[in-house]
Amino acid sequence: MSETTEIAVAAPVSPGRAKFLRFLVRDAGVLLALVLITLFFSATAPYFATSGNALKIFVQIAINTVLAAGMTFVILTGGIDLSVGSVLALCTVVGATVMINESLSPAVAITLALLACMATGAVCGFLNGWISTRWKIPSFIVTLGMLNMAAGAARVVSDNSTITGLPQSFVDFGNLIIGGFLPSIFLVAVLVIAAGWFVLRFTVFGRMIFAVGTNDEAVRLSGHNPDFYKVAAFTISGLTAGIAAMVYLLRLNIGSPIAGVGYELNAIAAVIIGGTSLSGGKGSIIGTLVGACILQVLSTGLQLLGVGDNFKPIVIGLVIVLAVILDAYRERLLRKIR
Amino acid sequence: MDTILSLEGVGKIFPGAVALSEVSLSIARGETHIILGENGAGKSTLIKLLAGIYQPDSGRIAFNGQPYQPKTPHDAQQSGIRIVHQELNLLPYLSIAENLMLESLPRRAFGIVDRKALNSRAVALLREVGLDIDPRTRVEALGVAQMQLVEIAKALSYDSKLLVLDEPTATLTPPEIERLFSIIKRLKAKGVTIIYISHRLHEVFEIGDRVTVLRNGRLVATRDLHGLSVPDIVRMMIGRDIADEFGFDARVVPGKVALSVANLKRDASTPEISFSVRHGEILGVAGLVGSGRTEAMRALFGADPKLDGVVEIDGKPVAIAAPKNAVRHGLSLLTEDRKGQGLLLDMAVDKNITITDLSKIARNGLLNRRTEAAAANDLVGQLRVKASSIEQAVRNLSGGNQQKVVLAKWLFRGTSTLILDEPTRGVDIGARREIYQLLWMLAAQQKGIIMVSSDLPELMGMCHRIIVFSRNRIVGELARSDFDQERILSLAYQEYVRP
Repeated sequence: MSETTEIAVAAPVSPGRAKFLRFLVRDAGVLLALVLITLFFSATAPYFATSGNALKIFVQIAINTVLAAGMTFVILTGGIDLSVGSVLALCTVVGATVMINESLSPAVAITLALLACMATGAVCGFLNGWISTRWKIPSFIVTLGMLNMAAGAARVVSDNSTITGLPQSFVDFGNLIIGGFLPSIFLVAVLVIAAGWFVLRFTVFGRMIFAVGTNDEAVRLSGHNPDFYKVAAFTISGLTAGIAAMVYLLRLNIGSPIAGVGYELNAIAAVIIGGTSLSGGKGSIIGTLVGACILQVLSTGLQLLGVGDNFKPIVIGLVIVLAVILDAYRERLLRKIR
Repeated sequence: MDTILSLEGVGKIFPGAVALSEVSLSIARGETHIILGENGAGKSTLIKLLAGIYQPDSGRIAFNGQPYQPKTPHDAQQSGIRIVHQELNLLPYLSIAENLMLESLPRRAFGIVDRKALNSRAVALLREVGLDIDPRTRVEALGVAQMQLVEIAKALSYDSKLLVLDEPTATLTPPEIERLFSIIKRLKAKGVTIIYISHRLHEVFEIGDRVTVLRNGRLVATRDLHGLSVPDIVRMMIGRDIADEFGFDARVVPGKVALSVANLKRDASTPEISFSVRHGEILGVAGLVGSGRTEAMRALFGADPKLDGVVEIDGKPVAIAAPKNAVRHGLSLLTEDRKGQGLLLDMAVDKNITITDLSKIARNGLLNRRTEAAAANDLVGQLRVKASSIEQAVRNLSGGNQQKVVLAKWLFRGTSTLILDEPTRGVDIGARREIYQLLWMLAAQQKGIIMVSSDLPELMGMCHRIIVFSRNRIVGELARSDFDQERILSLAYQEYVRP
């Protein structure tokens, strides 16, 4: 063929440099934002740049990070999961109920509680995915329904009361700070992120998640069953809601039917700020971790600066919108680089 | 010459690529001016400059003697240049009349739409383009050809001085094209200047006065169409001769039956159809758009549900309920809608290729990126896909190279029978020829090939045998020695002309 097409598609930069630029724009952008925000608050907010405050932030982001990890899978396939907050509530009361069973030794009770949390969450997530794919209903609606059902179920299970009296060894583990700098529950969050990163990046399953989010019809016509991966993504989101419930129990030591209100929105915000596209197919779970950090750093920093509780949500809301606007620019930049 | 539009040294540069350079051209008032060029030659950039979507980086454009510098499509419309884009921009859930006058709906007091005026004006506009449809009909109920005419009627509603038609016949059937041409001629008689972009060479002689050929973003020549021949223009477009673009390979001899379909019935209202393709055979499937050819292939492949029918592969009946069954039995479908159904547009070339069988590049569920890159590079080289690297997003490839990636993904999986639906639509001549060569290579490897196409010369040049669809029925089958354009066309219309 003549050089026609080559000119039309010629890449503006060399492949190696393009790769680096792509990394900079796609992945390092959010990280840079986090660093800048942290530096800003370190310079302006009293007590912000202290080890005590850093520990506090690590503790506070754990729950949202775990939820957002699962949410990343769902959003990558082009779905949304609004139910994770109340699924978390349901899991906390299920887990706490199992754990306070006095006929079991603490070790057995804790293990069973963990399994019960994960199973409850996974079942809720599976139902979300199965219903939305089986009847082709937008996941927005199905998970909105699940949000209500799980909240109701949490009240039924707990008889509408807070469950306390968790085993002391469990409570101690929740307060543990490994090596003086790594809170145990933050470690849990990091492990969940690491597992998600590994799956998305190195496995066939992870590749399929991206492919389904990019074009599920093309995936179907290539001989796969995209619904399987969508259901799996929702199940993973439910599963992480269960794990997040255990983190909640570790941190607050109570199972509560009114836990988790609004958590789904924080999780979605972390995913979006982290650069995952709401239309699916593009994003990274490391970005999600960074997104969760940005949210918490902002929240803590603003508080230390003395910005009142009324203004704080306004600023955070603006940041979320800003992140999406930047995302649109990022897309344009990436197209030019590729 | 009374010039309505003139371009002087117009250029447009995109990062890393010159899309248009030093183009000087003048369009005479009242002429029908054809612009030809392969994909990537700069046709669409030129149109977007006229439409106010892009602004030129150099040069001047004058319209009616005045400098023409539209910043937005709205500016372009205000000046009297109207563009009917290849992708139609109608609102499917509004009526024809509303679409026609969307930008200035007739109003009564309090801003209430004056339905009577709206519809009567719409009827008049539709008559201009020879459409006899109730203007209250919703646009979604129209066929593509009718939508095209509505777009043209819409363009006329603004008293346009210059009408730009971008590949208007790409999805039309021959009689629809004829109708469009008679309308173009009528508009011309009324003094409307028309710029007509196409890459169907044969049709432009019927309506054009002059032709401008672009290549690699440069203007090759502007000539009177009178006295030019198709080979002349092809030479201008690609800079060399193409002797036989199809390259029918007589050494490839069909063998045993690879795939046979018996009594395939899509739903209660469609008739049963049966056909088969042999190993090493290229079977053509002709018929009008909407005659059930695409639908039959999709049902066979399990992409859409079917009611009944037996599919046999190498003589053995197989159950195909979903595409995954078809793929497992060695069938491949290259869909008509390449971007929407064939490709993961925002993903890289290598990931598009390996998607058909990730188990080949994985062990225990873990991907091996090195194996993947090797396999992808291998196929990219074999099929001569022009991409900056296998990590380039497929979105940024030309139509021909995208189609090669689709072919590559099926070759990666390994296939015994390929179904190709409009494989060369939107593919320029050079890449088209390469795709034909690839198909001959596959046929020589004894693969069965089913080729659905609206391009009759293509089918007649490529196929051993052609079956013709007409209103969901297979109405005829022709061996290569009996190929005859007239005969195939009359078969294609057979079920539509009968009462």
